[in-house]
Amino acid sequence: MKIQNFNVNGRQFSLSDIEPRMSLLDLLRDRLRLTGTHAGCEHGVCGACSVLFDGRPIRSCLILGVQADGHEIITVEGLVGRAGSLGALQEAFCDFHALQCGYCTPGMLIASEALLRRNPSPTREDVVDALSGNLCRCTGYGQIVEAVLAATRHRTEPTTKCAAAIRQDHGEPESSSTKG
Amino acid sequence: MKPAQFDYERATSLAEACAALSRVGGDARILAGGQTLVPMMAMRLSRPSVLIDINDAVDLTGLEIDGETIVIRSATRQQQLLESELIAKHLPLLADALKFVGHVQTRNRGTIGGSIVHSDPSAEIGLVAVVSDASVRLHRNVGVRTVPVDEFILGPMQTDIAPDECLSDVRFGLWPKDGYGHAFEEVSIRRSDFAIVAAATQIVLGPDFRVCRIAIAVANCGPTPIRLRTIEAAFENETVTERFLHEALQLIDPELDPYDDIHASATLRRRIARHLVGRAILQANARARRSLKKREQ
Repeated sequence: MKIQNFNVNGRQFSLSDIEPRMSLLDLLRDRLRLTGTHAGCEHGVCGACSVLFDGRPIRSCLILGVQADGHEIITVEGLVGRAGSLGALQEAFCDFHALQCGYCTPGMLIASEALLRRNPSPTREDVVDALSGNLCRCTGYGQIVEAVLAATRHRTEPTTKCAAAIRQDHGEPESSSTKG
Repeated sequence: MKPAQFDYERATSLAEACAALSRVGGDARILAGGQTLVPMMAMRLSRPSVLIDINDAVDLTGLEIDGETIVIRSATRQQQLLESELIAKHLPLLADALKFVGHVQTRNRGTIGGSIVHSDPSAEIGLVAVVSDASVRLHRNVGVRTVPVDEFILGPMQTDIAPDECLSDVRFGLWPKDGYGHAFEEVSIRRSDFAIVAAATQIVLGPDFRVCRIAIAVANCGPTPIRLRTIEAAFENETVTERFLHEALQLIDPELDPYDDIHASATLRRRIARHLVGRAILQANARARRSLKKREQ
């Protein structure tokens, strides 16, 4: 089948020879080579494959690639700033050690991004609820929740300042990041 | 790619979906949110030859009040219902239950009709439909029929839907506002995971605080959501007190038919059910009393 009109991270695609049984997840990874979206359980339990579909988080393993025709997708690759700089959430994930193996991270970032777009100042409860559909086997979730809350505080600032501010919150002097 | 091969069609209306079902025959399936069907296909528990996608069928989404009934069209997303002011105002029990339905990523795709058609015994939407005496409307190329949900749900993943039928909407009768109270209770491993047991109650109290109307049901204590009719009957015209509740709950055991699994034994499910039903009745009663007192002021 053909996909005529498909927008991923702001770029327009049109693809042919798509088997209907190919999930959006496989389409993103295998056809578009956007391998940031991770394949975990592939039946809707783990959340690693989360992407934004018309601005809302969904599991890309539970939707067919052909169903994305006419829709707008944002993957984890779409969260970076210009010139490849990390966004506030990504900076916060680094600083708070919100990842260890990193397998769940794309899904965690997408779920957090979706939360912050709808609710710029979430409570801890809101964050826990928004991340409840994403499994992590390394961190025990605590640092992920901390990272999202820290990113919330500094999200509106420009990226470079935001990184420094997050570090300061985390107890590191601001100068260390510029010197280092 | 995990599912077996199939052909894919998009239907842009209910009529198109029905026409496609009747043309393709036996093993075509309707694809709504896909949050149950697609995992089943990934595990090859389901291998339809054709999927008829109704996500673009504009006449299958949305909701409205029609007299004393709320009509929710089948492909309306669970998240849309959770955010709906109409549901919060007129079907608060469904609004409360939806918070327990899957996670935001699955609610953004999952539909009300899909949940009822798949009839997972732990599903919250089926439970609310049963405790609300809701009914479903089923369309085929020629004709339409209306079936009460408790007759429609036959067992785990089994419903009374013919291969050429498409569920068009779910109809909830409105309960009176005065003296009304509801409650939804659930125990699960993680927040929003499959319920180990869930319970739902609606109650209407008279001006003397006696029960005029009550509906109680539990999910995942048997193959289908179970209405606790003997307990309902015990409460008719009674005042809800903790003591009376304790006695009424003695009637629960013969109504339940729970199973053992990795998360809970049948015995534990019985205990949880008794506890949750008790809590739901007390909370619904307290809300109903508040509603009456508010009216008096």
